[in-house]
Amino acid sequence: MKRARNGRGLPVIRYAARRTVLSALVALGVVVLTYLIARVVPSDPAGVWAGPRASAAERARIRAELGLDRPVAEQIVSYVAGVLRGDWGLSVLTHRPVLTDLLTLLPNSLQVVLAGLVIGLAVGLPAGLAAVRWHGRTPDRLVRSGALLSAAIPTFWLALLLQTLLASRLGLLPIAGSHDRAVLAAHPVTTVTGLPLLDAVLTGNGAAAADLFDHLLLPALVVASYPAAVVARMVRASLLDAAGEPHIQMVRSLGFPERTVLGRFALRLAWNPVLQLLALIFGYSLVNTFLVESVFDYPGLGRYAADAVQSLDTPAVVGVTLLVALLYLAANLAVDLAQAALDPRITLR
Amino acid sequence: MTRGTGSGRTALVLVTAGVALVVLVALLAPLLAPYPADATGGTETGRILRPPSAAHWFGTDELGRDVFSRVLYGARVGPVVAAAVVTVSLLVGTAAGLVAGYFGGWIDEALMRLTDVFLAVPALLLALVLATVLTPGPVGLTVALTVTWWPWYARLVRGEAASVAGRPYTEACRALGLGHRRTLLRHVLPNASTPLLVQASTDVGGVLLVTSALSFLGLGPQPPTPDWGLMVEQSQNYFTTQWWIGTFPGLAIMLVAALFFLLGDVLRDRLDPRHTPRIRP
Repeated sequence: MKRARNGRGLPVIRYAARRTVLSALVALGVVVLTYLIARVVPSDPAGVWAGPRASAAERARIRAELGLDRPVAEQIVSYVAGVLRGDWGLSVLTHRPVLTDLLTLLPNSLQVVLAGLVIGLAVGLPAGLAAVRWHGRTPDRLVRSGALLSAAIPTFWLALLLQTLLASRLGLLPIAGSHDRAVLAAHPVTTVTGLPLLDAVLTGNGAAAADLFDHLLLPALVVASYPAAVVARMVRASLLDAAGEPHIQMVRSLGFPERTVLGRFALRLAWNPVLQLLALIFGYSLVNTFLVESVFDYPGLGRYAADAVQSLDTPAVVGVTLLVALLYLAANLAVDLAQAALDPRITLR
Repeated sequence: MTRGTGSGRTALVLVTAGVALVVLVALLAPLLAPYPADATGGTETGRILRPPSAAHWFGTDELGRDVFSRVLYGARVGPVVAAAVVTVSLLVGTAAGLVAGYFGGWIDEALMRLTDVFLAVPALLLALVLATVLTPGPVGLTVALTVTWWPWYARLVRGEAASVAGRPYTEACRALGLGHRRTLLRHVLPNASTPLLVQASTDVGGVLLVTSALSFLGLGPQPPTPDWGLMVEQSQNYFTTQWWIGTFPGLAIMLVAALFFLLGDVLRDRLDPRHTPRIRP
């Protein structure tokens, strides 16, 4: 009743607008923070740009050209203005626009993260449900210890183990890379969404899809380890909490089978915390791909970030951080808005 | 609900024993390690890349160093960095959170927006950017991770402090003439200490994973430090043929991280059944 009286449409839009503005401010803060950190480096981006054999005069010229001779505050303001116009600066290392570099590599990383999340949910949800269904018994213990261990596995180590076992020893999957050049040359993928595997599937390009899938599987499995663990834990904990709610106990006492009690009634209560967790998991997995990409030599944001960090490429470092923060903020915003729209109990402020 | 019963006590004893074991290994590494010189030592050309045997339980690495000894010494690097990061972050975060939650107003608003900014960048990435600025090594790693970690505690404490700030008993403290400092430390902080303790235990595991990842990327302790993450990194070229060099250090990271996650869970069961600690990177 209360829902109807409040007029659902307007508050949600106002809430969305407020949250979007707040997120934008936070993103601005991230730019300032990263820029400050990156500029603390007692380094000389102009020197990197010009190369080791450049003369002092040449370096000074480049420094002025890149705006590095101006005060830091002024640099930040002009950087932010540039970001808003879509000019994220030039990479000191590749000499290409940072935004172009990032947007070329993003789909690969995004593809790994999304595949990892899908696998993680597909494993974590049923595992959490099974733990609750057989609470305190063997399946519960297995899920609890399995979740604990799979959250504790160092990503890079799991990547090395799977790469050695499944790729090198057994030869089941490719060792590294994102695709086989020969296969993609013979069966070029038409861009639809930008995610290569999804595009290959959508356009019915079977050969390319199979190749991209083979290369994606191992990195995605490694990334999935953490989401699977955390989702299973969260589903288990919130379902056990929900089981104590009066209406769940009533449903149970009415003689509904346990499957229905959990799957139909209790799970609805458990969705909220799991949904909220998804944004956190997404952000973490995105950075986790950095490690996975370095092991599997998968061309994505992670390898770009590692190169940028090593060569003190300030615009690229700030760019990667900003992009990840923006994606993370967007994921949080999307989750909050979805919850606000779906759950009438959430008060919109 | 079958939480916090007799089996809970057994679990607590077992997990505490496990943590004590890690501490002991770290303290007594020079006595326990069969080849203490190999922790940092040079090349032992006579015994390179030997598989696990009675003399070398975990085999030897590409420089002939005993992997078992190095794994034992590793308990002095990663776990110590993780414990230091969590401790310092707790101090900084608690102080900031108490002040913000208790006084409210613009201090609160400013602090929360600041933590928003920090928390908008995943910990590993922010630490990665910071670690490149600082001198590589355990100290730089600790600083980088502390800077990324304190906002979590600030928010946790702030929430608890704000929820008790207006209650009659805190007002009574003020009415009795207690200073802000005493009220905060003796009467407000204890309310937040349980969830804080539970989360901090879990976080030692999480921070260990992040430090190890940064070491793996070469941003932590430098060779020949026997750090677990670094050992895995250096074993990369040998992983297919000499599996033991990288497998055991990785296993050590996993077991110690899982131990602290478990400690958080067990403490939660005993002290604070309402909150599930978050395993976070």
